[in-house]
Amino acid sequence: MNNALLVNIFRFILLLAVQIIIFNNMNFLGYISPFPYILFIILYPVNGNKSGLIASSFLLGIIMDLFSNSGGTHATACLVLAYMRPSLFKFAFGLSYEYQTIKINEILSPQRFTFILLSVIIHHFTLFLLEAFQLLYIMDTLITILLSTIFTIIICIIIIYLIKPNKR
Amino acid sequence: MQQIFNFIFKNSNRILFLILLGISLFLTIQSHSFHRSKIISSANFLSGGVYEKVNNLNEYLNLKNENDILALENAKLRSMLFNVKDTATAKTLDSIEGVKLKDIIVAKVIKNSYNVYENYLTLNSGELQGIKTDMGVINSLGIIGIIENTSPKYSTVISILNKRTQINAKIKKSDHFGSLNWNGKSTGFVQLTDLPRLALIKIGDTIVTGGQSVIFPENINIGTIAKIYRDNVTNYYTLDVKLFNDMTNLGHVYIIKSKDREEVNNLEKKN
Repeated sequence: MNNALLVNIFRFILLLAVQIIIFNNMNFLGYISPFPYILFIILYPVNGNKSGLIASSFLLGIIMDLFSNSGGTHATACLVLAYMRPSLFKFAFGLSYEYQTIKINEILSPQRFTFILLSVIIHHFTLFLLEAFQLLYIMDTLITILLSTIFTIIICIIIIYLIKPNKR
Repeated sequence: MQQIFNFIFKNSNRILFLILLGISLFLTIQSHSFHRSKIISSANFLSGGVYEKVNNLNEYLNLKNENDILALENAKLRSMLFNVKDTATAKTLDSIEGVKLKDIIVAKVIKNSYNVYENYLTLNSGELQGIKTDMGVINSLGIIGIIENTSPKYSTVISILNKRTQINAKIKKSDHFGSLNWNGKSTGFVQLTDLPRLALIKIGDTIVTGGQSVIFPENINIGTIAKIYRDNVTNYYTLDVKLFNDMTNLGHVYIIKSKDREEVNNLEKKN
């Protein structure tokens, strides 16, 4: 139990550092940036403390906002994702997800991919719509959302498989 | 009473979510409103410190670029020095005419963003060096932005690549002025709107800062006209202006202290 807490704190700091130092400067084609820091919310233990997740997601987002001068957009997007997470689990893994021992960072099954995909889409939708904050450039925003989502998912999956210790 | 507590305990997650959502939405909306500085900005010791460390590393990779820019500026200054007898041309060569050395603070860009609609830069000097909100930021090629937030050691700049900026600008040869905005499309171009149709313009003309601005001195380079849009309904042109600056590659910048600003502002308040 204590171990899980330490792992989460470590993950929180590491993902934020990598996001701010590397991925924020990665302007692919000029405007597409991946946001793999949301892996913290995706990989948070399924039966972990829910209030803890919501509070730490808010903190995660606020720190991102602090570093990228984006007001409160990252905080809002992270909060929405953290709050929707149980429903996403229910959708991706079936109703009885709480009794299964689900681990996201294992072999990529269709369920796990669905979960990651939906999480990234929800986060990016909230993030980019709030960032644009008007419907005048809706087409540009939608294209950015699409491309960024693809980019983030690829990098998330790469990170999961790079870091995952192969026990078996 | 018991029931109220029960309700709070039962819905603690939802209440926590709603409270935090309220805070973050407030911060978002506040950051999008005009004429108000952000509460959360990268001008603080935490993000400023981190960006400074990262930038120190990046600087080594960009030394060659920075050297080229310095060499170009040197060449330009040298040409001014040699052509000093010709007073007619010396004036046009000097792009920051009317600005004395003591009115300028040199700073380094430690964080640059250009991939969203509202872009900001972070500089490594702040109030201790004398930087205040609403000072103009330029470099040797042209304008960059306006100081928005300051902390003792760092400051943030609202870039010209930001939908919230509006800067008074004019055609260099004719003094017709308009306002400079950005439409969020390309990092190399900004838009000059509300330019009267009376102005005689052609592609390639230089755009400089106008005299109406109290933030920038007059005649600081901005860019050249790249495209002209005629609006038949109104009597105004909209222009695409190609920036002299490459906003994706900024090193050292100059911050201009305007001594007259307070005087002008006080005067205008009386109206």
